[in-house]
Amino acid sequence: MHDMIAYAWLIPAFPFISFLLIGLGVRLYSQKLAGIIATLSIGASFACALTLAITYFGLAPDAEGLRPTLVPWSFIWVDYMEGLRVNLGILVDPISVLLMVVVTTVSLLVHLYSMGYMKGETGYGRYFTWLNLFTFSMLGLVVAPNIIQTYVFWELVGASSFLLIGYYYERGAAVAASKKAFIVTRFADLGFLLGIILLGYVGYPLYQGSGVEGQLFDYTYLTNPQNITALVGTGFLGISLLLIYMGAAGKSAMFPLHIWLPDAMEGPTPVSALIHAATMVVAGVYLVARLFPLFSTTPDVLEFVSYVGLFTCAFAAIIACTQDDIKRVLAFSTLSQLGYMMFALGLASMDQPLGYVASMFHLFTHAFFKALLFLGAGAIIHAVHSNDIWHMGGLKKLMPVTHLTFLIAVLAISGIWPFAGFFSKDEILLAALQGGKNIHFIGGLLVAGLTAFYMARIYFLSFWGSPRSKGSSHAHEAPLIMLIPLCVLAVLSLVGGWVPFSDYVTIGLTEHQGGHGSSIVPILGSLVAILGLGFSWFVYGRGESARSDAIAAKWGMVFGWIKNKFYMDEVYQFITHQMIFRFVATPIAWFDRNVVDGAVNLTGWLTRRASSIFTLIQTGQAQTYGVWFVVGTGVTLIMLWFTKG
Amino acid sequence: MGLLSWLIFIPFFTALAVILTPQPKQIKWVALIGSGIHLLLTAYTAIKLWGVISQETFTADVFAKLYFTEQYDWFKSLGIQYMLGVDGMSMAMVILTSIIIFTGVLASWHVTERPKEFFALLLVLVTGVFGVFLSFDLFLFFMFYEVAVLPMYLLIGVWGTGPKEYSAMKLTLMLMVGSAFILVGLFALYHTSGQGTGVYSFNLNTLASFEYPKSMQAWVFPMIFIGFGILGALYPFHTWSPDGHASAPTAVSMLHAGVLMKLGGYGALRIAVYLLPDGAKEWALFFMGLTTINILYGSFGAIKQKDLKYFTAYSSVSHCGIVLFGVATLNFMGVKGAVLQMFSHGVMTGLFFALIGMVYGRTHTRMIPEMGGLAKVMPWLAVCFYVAGMASLGLPGFSGFIAESHVFIGGFFGNAWNSSVAMQVMTVLATMSIVVTAVYVLRGLGKVFLGPITDSHYLSLTDAGFTEKLTTGILIAVLFLVGVFPQFLIKLIEGSVLPILNRLR
Repeated sequence: MHDMIAYAWLIPAFPFISFLLIGLGVRLYSQKLAGIIATLSIGASFACALTLAITYFGLAPDAEGLRPTLVPWSFIWVDYMEGLRVNLGILVDPISVLLMVVVTTVSLLVHLYSMGYMKGETGYGRYFTWLNLFTFSMLGLVVAPNIIQTYVFWELVGASSFLLIGYYYERGAAVAASKKAFIVTRFADLGFLLGIILLGYVGYPLYQGSGVEGQLFDYTYLTNPQNITALVGTGFLGISLLLIYMGAAGKSAMFPLHIWLPDAMEGPTPVSALIHAATMVVAGVYLVARLFPLFSTTPDVLEFVSYVGLFTCAFAAIIACTQDDIKRVLAFSTLSQLGYMMFALGLASMDQPLGYVASMFHLFTHAFFKALLFLGAGAIIHAVHSNDIWHMGGLKKLMPVTHLTFLIAVLAISGIWPFAGFFSKDEILLAALQGGKNIHFIGGLLVAGLTAFYMARIYFLSFWGSPRSKGSSHAHEAPLIMLIPLCVLAVLSLVGGWVPFSDYVTIGLTEHQGGHGSSIVPILGSLVAILGLGFSWFVYGRGESARSDAIAAKWGMVFGWIKNKFYMDEVYQFITHQMIFRFVATPIAWFDRNVVDGAVNLTGWLTRRASSIFTLIQTGQAQTYGVWFVVGTGVTLIMLWFTKG
Repeated sequence: MGLLSWLIFIPFFTALAVILTPQPKQIKWVALIGSGIHLLLTAYTAIKLWGVISQETFTADVFAKLYFTEQYDWFKSLGIQYMLGVDGMSMAMVILTSIIIFTGVLASWHVTERPKEFFALLLVLVTGVFGVFLSFDLFLFFMFYEVAVLPMYLLIGVWGTGPKEYSAMKLTLMLMVGSAFILVGLFALYHTSGQGTGVYSFNLNTLASFEYPKSMQAWVFPMIFIGFGILGALYPFHTWSPDGHASAPTAVSMLHAGVLMKLGGYGALRIAVYLLPDGAKEWALFFMGLTTINILYGSFGAIKQKDLKYFTAYSSVSHCGIVLFGVATLNFMGVKGAVLQMFSHGVMTGLFFALIGMVYGRTHTRMIPEMGGLAKVMPWLAVCFYVAGMASLGLPGFSGFIAESHVFIGGFFGNAWNSSVAMQVMTVLATMSIVVTAVYVLRGLGKVFLGPITDSHYLSLTDAGFTEKLTTGILIAVLFLVGVFPQFLIKLIEGSVLPILNRLR
């Protein structure tokens, strides 16, 4: 058992091998076999990750209550120069183990679910190939022992997300969404890359003098307290962290880089559950957590992170209340929950790590209930053949298992005791209260109410009342292979909150402040959640639109703004198409063809003109030559005459 | 004949064999066998060289350390020698060229118009290219350089498409202007060092043993750099490239963008920067500025292109800009990155042009707006195109990322002689191209391959055949291998880059 740490590299290796195997061979011969191999490989990874977690958390913590950070396996990948050597490898520490477990669990369930959901698709094998590629990349990202490896896999998850969003490549909307997702996150990654380079640049002179083991880009080096002090001294740490945060904000879809995530729902639903809810989008949170010892030295940056998180949290929750596409509601809800995680991280410090723990805890619980929500929504869409919640209704009886599991997830995300979300949200709010951040506390509380409202909204509209379309009246329960993941996730959403999380994952000082601090937070939290649910029941409980229409009519203009997502997409559209393409790209293309190339052609033309002028002298006629001879002699004589004098 | 002579002249002998082949159908086989043998010999040389280089430590050398040298007097009175050698950098370029010619022959499998002349010229051209990479006597170097450039005129003018005569003429004339600059520069080096030391020689290391006066470096450096820069698509001397690529047949585009444009970066580094360090320091910022324009301008220009070949040509302008940018940083990582980028871009653009040829052979159009949804009927080609696109936007896992990250880190770290703030600003600007590249690659490829099929007669098109799969497969494998295990190439190059940087100090 103990050897599992040394063999941790197996965890990302399985999906990678399976990716190559399926992608290059199996897929072409048997699509079905491809699905099975893909799922088995993730199963193997999952088993390894679980063993690893048991082994690792079984290690006794040191005197300060921290567990060791290990790099059991690595090899030299790129040797930029002395000190900037990049070793690809595996980092084992509490949060990487946590994420490995989360990623493999959700991925395994999504693979299983997909075997049912994608049945009969022509691109079945292709789908599993990319799903494996994604899982591999995500695991590589999670275990990265240095920031360059993080960047490498950061890009790879982006690329696999691109491939999977655009899975239905014949559908224009899916193609556009995949492009948008890639380009928006790429733009954010530009910041990430520049942040890394800047960090390297300011860190390098210090590295040369420090004599500390390891390479500059290694996390163990960067988060070494002695080096942090030196880095802070340079005065550039804040900027480089802000740039790195830009990458994190792109991947975790923080405002204003959030626009790609709702569109990403064009991908198959299991993909949304895996990538755009449980795993990839939390990479940004993970990155900030990973570099937390650095971030904690720059309170301004952390505060910025925190406010952006809070704003996104509220902004997305408001939009979620008005959307009609079930997946988009979930997408905005993901944005909002990611906002929670980010703002909680921003509240933490090395002395008061509660926000950090809460953030990781919420990441952990959110992965399960949000994946469950998406998979449940997938089952509904599968049955109803529509994404529109107004086409659903009355599914309670037709799809009992989906209904029950979906209900658990709704209660979990709303923060109702004893479901998982209650505990993690509670801890976030507690962190805000303890940190004395009243804005965050009140904001977080209100958003919790909103969350309960919009989640209950889709719940009531899809399951209660009577069927509002042909599809929903003929709906039938999903096949067993899709129900198993739902049930497993429902159990996890139920028990996930009871894990004594802060015993496992923490940072800095480890006096346990969590959970028991005050009783006001859970009471208030539950109250707003129940209020939200209740109001939602009042408006949507009958599965009719009468009351909601009345509200919408009353708020006409505001409602319109919210429904159109505050026109953020249009703003971006304007900037890219109307400004950059029109005023940069088109003029450059024109300038190149006409001015620069024109100059070349002009040179050619001038040469030809000159030559045709000079050919006038070469007529071949003795008379002309005679004239030139006389003129030439004359000129020469005159010149001689003048120069003599 | 030594190993290196064989490396140079195998293509030439193959060209002779092609000329003597009576059956038109056998010609391509002869060419393929010849380039296959060459590929094997290259692999042998590379392994042998790796064995030597991996044992050595490079520290303070200021002279290019050459291996497997062959040295004979040629014009003794003028100090001109037949001097061949190889080091890590030139080995990398030889590997690249060998791969590209092999796949290029495969990609020309269906050339039916005058195949004999076509393959013969193609092989003569690469003879010149190998000669350039392996000769360390600058006179010989220049001779091979011309051998490499001139067949292009015929290859485009005869086998091209569109306004081929115009493009061929423009390309050749512009490159000739570059050659003239280079030649003047070489004579200046020869003359100055000869006068200074009393030994007139074109040998690179002999030339490097002389410290050229600063005033002379100040004008010779830009001359040689621009001369090579024209071939390396240095802004604003790049306009031969879109027209030239667009008109050239597939294999010629592959060779031209993949290999020939690399002669520019190679020469600029090996001759201009190496021999004229003071000039390099003085002009570094200026050329970084020009190449920054290159990088951004090429990528923005590519957004608006309608023809796939123009699209790729502008992308090449941008990527070759990264090569020269890396050279101009005068930073260890930057220069290393420039060489890596030469290799990476060579393979990548070879793949691009090969694919364009394959798609064009089916759709009979290269216009992006006229195509759509082709992934449905040609999944293999679509995947390959996307792989090439992803490599070109610097996705880690492919070679492009390795090269570009070297260049950008190097540029940001700066050098000891130029304003680091200016270099950093330009590096940041250049780095922005990774976003713009993503924009044009995804837009362009998305239009061609994704979405619904726009034209019903595309439904009857077929996917890649065996030779096409082989061609693209080889190139992708190289991109992937270098991207995943780059250390081999990096270590190979490192030792040959160090003398250049040591001479700068």
